[in-house]
Amino acid sequence: MKNKNVIEVENLSKLFGDFAAVNSISFHVKAGEIFGFLGANGAGKTTAIKMLIGISSPTSGKATIAGFDVYKEAESIKKNIGYMSQKFALYDDLTVKENITFFGGIYGLSKKQIDRKRCELVDELGLQEVANSLVSSLPLGWKQKLAFSVSLLHDPKIVFLDEPTGGVDPITRRQFWEMIYKAAHNGTTIFVTTHYMDEAEYCDRVSIMVNGKIEALDTPKKLKAHYKTDTMNDVFLKLARG
Amino acid sequence: MGISVSNITKSYGKVTALSDISFDVKPGELFGLIGPDGAGKTTLFRILTTLLIADKGQATVAGYDVLKEYKSIRNSVGYMPGRFSLYQDLTVEENLNFFATIFGTTIEENYDLVKDIYVQIEPFKTRRAGKLSGGMKQKLALSCALIHKPKVLFLDEPTTGVDPVSRKEFWEMLKRLQKKDITILVSTPYMDEAALCDRIALIQDGKILQIDTPNAIVSHFPKPLYNISANDMYGLIESLTNYKHTYSIFPFGEFVHYTDKRDTMDIERLKTYLESQNLTDIHIEKTQPTIEDTFMELAK
Repeated sequence: MKNKNVIEVENLSKLFGDFAAVNSISFHVKAGEIFGFLGANGAGKTTAIKMLIGISSPTSGKATIAGFDVYKEAESIKKNIGYMSQKFALYDDLTVKENITFFGGIYGLSKKQIDRKRCELVDELGLQEVANSLVSSLPLGWKQKLAFSVSLLHDPKIVFLDEPTGGVDPITRRQFWEMIYKAAHNGTTIFVTTHYMDEAEYCDRVSIMVNGKIEALDTPKKLKAHYKTDTMNDVFLKLARG
Repeated sequence: MGISVSNITKSYGKVTALSDISFDVKPGELFGLIGPDGAGKTTLFRILTTLLIADKGQATVAGYDVLKEYKSIRNSVGYMPGRFSLYQDLTVEENLNFFATIFGTTIEENYDLVKDIYVQIEPFKTRRAGKLSGGMKQKLALSCALIHKPKVLFLDEPTTGVDPVSRKEFWEMLKRLQKKDITILVSTPYMDEAALCDRIALIQDGKILQIDTPNAIVSHFPKPLYNISANDMYGLIESLTNYKHTYSIFPFGEFVHYTDKRDTMDIERLKTYLESQNLTDIHIEKTQPTIEDTFMELAK
């Protein structure tokens, strides 16, 4: 299981006119791996992720996600992945329970499954007292933990997390990462972007994108050794301005 | 003539956003409000920039009272809100011109103050602000907040969502501005940026946890702190969580930061315990606490 590739990307590019937002990137991610996808603002991360989750068609190159082709099988990709971002994760004007029910329905779970998952989630996250409160009334950290759990409702093979911890307090940020470890431990592949460089250290492997290209890809340990620095922050500072 | 805040309280219905907050910012100081989303930072900024009235307490900015002399404050401060709030359909140059005109000045008059920052976006001066990248928007917003030569500059989370390289450049700009006799109050959720301020206030849930210089805050950390690493991070966290002498454990980059309940802890015994949990490559060493460690200890 550990050695199977669940993301395979080969020479993937996306052009907007003459501008190569993503310029021939290649990499693979193994099942159960925590893969950090880093880069400066404007390096092309979001464009790349949009192609990987099947909502933007590449200009050229190949990519398969959970075994499905990004050109021909985009709908199957969407059913087999989870997604959450800092900007959009849950509906603020639905309650905690309603959000779980809604997303369970979207992911095609049966009523029975949804009922079971809803109880499990509320218990695990300790949300009993706010289960019937609007999501808008929850602190950001709780929202993000709930959003992550909701993105896992349908037991996806891969979950894409786009800056999931931005602005979250340091304790909750760590609890969030414990949830990520647990999901990865259970075999879910984690594809995550972050601007917190200490979080880059929590990843099994990290790629750094600069001007549309992947300039570095390795374990944090090897990257630090290669660039002769003590922290991922310094690796990033050395690379990210191209 | 900096900022003075005494016993400020503000509630929205049942939610207390700020609870009896007091602190002073000295003239020319670079003062950081460090705390997560929802701590009350923005509410405080809005009170000090006279956009919101506190329920209780007093505050002065540049020597002016936030209630009685709000008009003088508005002429004396620059404010860069967290959300991008320039005119998206005006160009870079038009935005800057607009803000200069509103404050009865011109770009030329105060150009030396914004030059450092503005030259970086000047090549795009005919581009509409809405079409700028995140980093460029931030530089334009800062230029607009500075163009009338404010005495006090308020920056609400200027680096949230900004990558580490741009964050570093932004802080270098702030340091240069400070030398031009501008008092700066800046908020951030990034604890590593706290070290760059003269003094900081750690804030959570509308309360100030501590105010001091970054060095002094770190030196208040109450226990010896250890870096621990092993072959399997998930297993390490789980084993330490179940260890009976654990006081606190938090993942910190490639290490776990660990404190022990006992006054003197036995490193060898902890190592033996971790080995019994099938962990290998175990390293334990003493380390210096960071502001983030202190924040978590205080917020517990």
